[in-house]
Amino acid sequence: MSDANVAHEAHEVVHRHEPPKSFIRKYIFSLDHKVIGVQYLMLALAAVLVGMTLSILMRFSLTWPDMNWPIIGMIKPDQYLALLTIHGTIMVFFVLTTAPQGGFGNYFLPIQIGAEDMAFPTLNMLSFWVTLVGFIVLLMSFFVTEGAPIGGWTAYPPLSAIASAGPGQGTGMNLWIISIAIFCVGSLLGALNFITTLLNMRAKGMSLMRMPLTCWAWFTTAVLALLAFPVLLAGGVLLFLDRNLGTSFFVPAGLYIKDVIQPHAGGSPILWQHLFWFFGHPEVYIAILPGMGLTSHVLSTFARKPVFGYRAMVFAIFAIGLLGFFVWGHHMFISGMSPYSAMAFSILTLSIGVPSAVKTFNWIGTLWGGKIRFKVPMLFALGFVSLFVAGGITGLVLGQTSLDLPMHDTYFVLGHFHLVMGVAAIFGMFTGVYFWFPKIFGRFMSERLGRIHFWITFVGVYCIFIPMHIMGIVGMPRRYSRFAENGQQIYYFLESLHPLVIFVTFAAIITFLAQFIFFFNLFWSMFKGKKCTENNPWEATTLEWDTTSPPPHDNFAGVHPVVYRGAYEYSVPGAPNDFVMQTDPDEFGEHEGSGDGHNGHKH
Amino acid sequence: MGTMVTSTEKIAQTKIGLGEGKRPAGPNGGGNGHGKHGDESSSRFTPLKYKIGMWVALAAVTMTFTALTSAYIVRANSSNDWRPIEMPRILWLSTALIVASSITFEIARYALKRGKSSLYNRWLMLTVMLGLAFLASQLMAWRQLVAQGIYVASNPHSSFFYVLTGAHGLHLLGGVLGLDYLLLRSWRKGYEEHAEERRQARVNSVALYWHFMDGLWIYLFLLLFLWR
Repeated sequence: MSDANVAHEAHEVVHRHEPPKSFIRKYIFSLDHKVIGVQYLMLALAAVLVGMTLSILMRFSLTWPDMNWPIIGMIKPDQYLALLTIHGTIMVFFVLTTAPQGGFGNYFLPIQIGAEDMAFPTLNMLSFWVTLVGFIVLLMSFFVTEGAPIGGWTAYPPLSAIASAGPGQGTGMNLWIISIAIFCVGSLLGALNFITTLLNMRAKGMSLMRMPLTCWAWFTTAVLALLAFPVLLAGGVLLFLDRNLGTSFFVPAGLYIKDVIQPHAGGSPILWQHLFWFFGHPEVYIAILPGMGLTSHVLSTFARKPVFGYRAMVFAIFAIGLLGFFVWGHHMFISGMSPYSAMAFSILTLSIGVPSAVKTFNWIGTLWGGKIRFKVPMLFALGFVSLFVAGGITGLVLGQTSLDLPMHDTYFVLGHFHLVMGVAAIFGMFTGVYFWFPKIFGRFMSERLGRIHFWITFVGVYCIFIPMHIMGIVGMPRRYSRFAENGQQIYYFLESLHPLVIFVTFAAIITFLAQFIFFFNLFWSMFKGKKCTENNPWEATTLEWDTTSPPPHDNFAGVHPVVYRGAYEYSVPGAPNDFVMQTDPDEFGEHEGSGDGHNGHKH
Repeated sequence: MGTMVTSTEKIAQTKIGLGEGKRPAGPNGGGNGHGKHGDESSSRFTPLKYKIGMWVALAAVTMTFTALTSAYIVRANSSNDWRPIEMPRILWLSTALIVASSITFEIARYALKRGKSSLYNRWLMLTVMLGLAFLASQLMAWRQLVAQGIYVASNPHSSFFYVLTGAHGLHLLGGVLGLDYLLLRSWRKGYEEHAEERRQARVNSVALYWHFMDGLWIYLFLLLFLWR
């Protein structure tokens, strides 16, 4: 690594504006943040395809438990648990964490702040390759003896700490821990790079309060990742030692597994829950914050209005990030914690509703009275707001101890977090893809296919997840692979839910199929889409629209952009257009058609 | 928003106007510091980058050890099987070695500031030696414990002893690699802009890391053998 570093630094000045020549340095082991961003996006795309397929298999198993499927055969209960474990792990780590931050953040953070690259390009490359290795190790767990782990993505001990606890808890579980540890390292390298880049590489005039909200979101996300992932890493190391070296950090005394008493003694399973959720709750915001930033960005662009309450939006992002570190206990209300600490966690949890509401109302304020252009990115951004509200509202229900106790581990929780952190964040990514595609690939995606994709997906996800709330209220427990034995219901109160279960499955299948419209649109448009010859097809204001599509190797072709104004100057009275680029030095009304005023025309 | 001007034709016109400024080839809309380009690119290097990066990395290291510390405290009180191990005497030697290494590193840095390159190299070498001696001394401590029959799974305190010293040792090994890198750089000096500034920045950030590891060891030492 140090050699690559040396080579890079020595050439930084001399070859600053020339892209590397060889194919491998240019597209595979590239130091260019744009290539690395696209690599991250491709990784997330592969991961989401796997994760989505697993979720469809789970729906199949739930709806037709005893069916013999071609190729895979009957899905046995422990296989169902393996599916849900890997589905959760892939989606949370390799999709929701990689794409919004590693993908779009990598590509656009340096451009939006006017930098040529990340602060440490070699570390950046390393963080991608490390993450990829983590993904491969995770998938390998399907192909070892006894298959993938069955402990859920939260891997609660003691069962995750004992190899004999079930199929997949042996080698599969070890691979899971190794994969997550590798992923932690990759994320930390990324976070380090993001923070340093944002603090140190901003262009002249790009003060913090002139940054696009996307940059604020990526920055806050990086801070969360930096402080949360080490805790998961530490917990993972301890769990690994419990499993393989016979220590007892998390395993209590007198544990019987399959009629064998375990040699461990004195550990505390609750300790793992604390460590895990201290990471796990900020992780939720790591997934959603970039989507929030992008939604603000896109709403403002397509409503042709400045972001309503920019400053409040920045503080809301920070408040959400900060509060996110003090609410992990709300995942553990039923762990037997003291009612007083439960109360404290509950109050802190509900208080996150305040900055969330600030954001929501500011989004509505941004839209209010705007000349809205309903392009596909705008549709997905509006979808994000809708899903965030619909999913967030039930967060207020689950944040209260008294309501959480009966709801815990039911489909209500499942519906809640899938809407608010899963699908909303995915909509954020769709927004990003449709919005930035012309910039990344120099071509447009098909609007018509985009619209079809949007409407099926938007209606589809509500059809999947709203009924789950009802199932949860009736009392359907999550993570159960079947509710009947030999055609006999075991849980009579769930019998009435059967039509709903079938409905959800069909909604899931249709939504799943609709994603192939997106995949087709994406890859078809990369090569055959309408060419985007202009720099600024959406008539937006931020720096990425100042450069060519796609941007040159060093982003601004050797020019150092200078920023004169905030990020969202739309419909400025007296300006010749309804948007004013950040690099436009002119005062309102005295626009002369030449943008070369670098001598103190400060706005 | 009162008057809005939103016709696309106008935008197209203005865009052309912007593009047709003094730099038709430049992709920038306008307002970049074109005239100052030359000066700017040479003053582009900031040692701050390394400093910020190192502090951020240390924040992550701090969080790792904070998590382990809280696990340590929780585990100590969660059960009655907590039997602190007898401290291996050799750890005093370890502590002395790592403190000494911080001092020699500072002497090296002082020499570099005064431009005494060969002196710098020698003290840096000594720092590497002391770092490796520290690691050897830690391994000796492990071996002494093993000789007494105290393994990682023997009791929770010994588990934490091995985990914390192991994690610290790994981090310190990273620091030794950083020092080696510094030595390598000062042996084969290549042409680069701001060579001296860059060198200072590298030395400063490795020094920051090294002293942090020193402080971290003293903290762990106190945690393991005073707080029990």
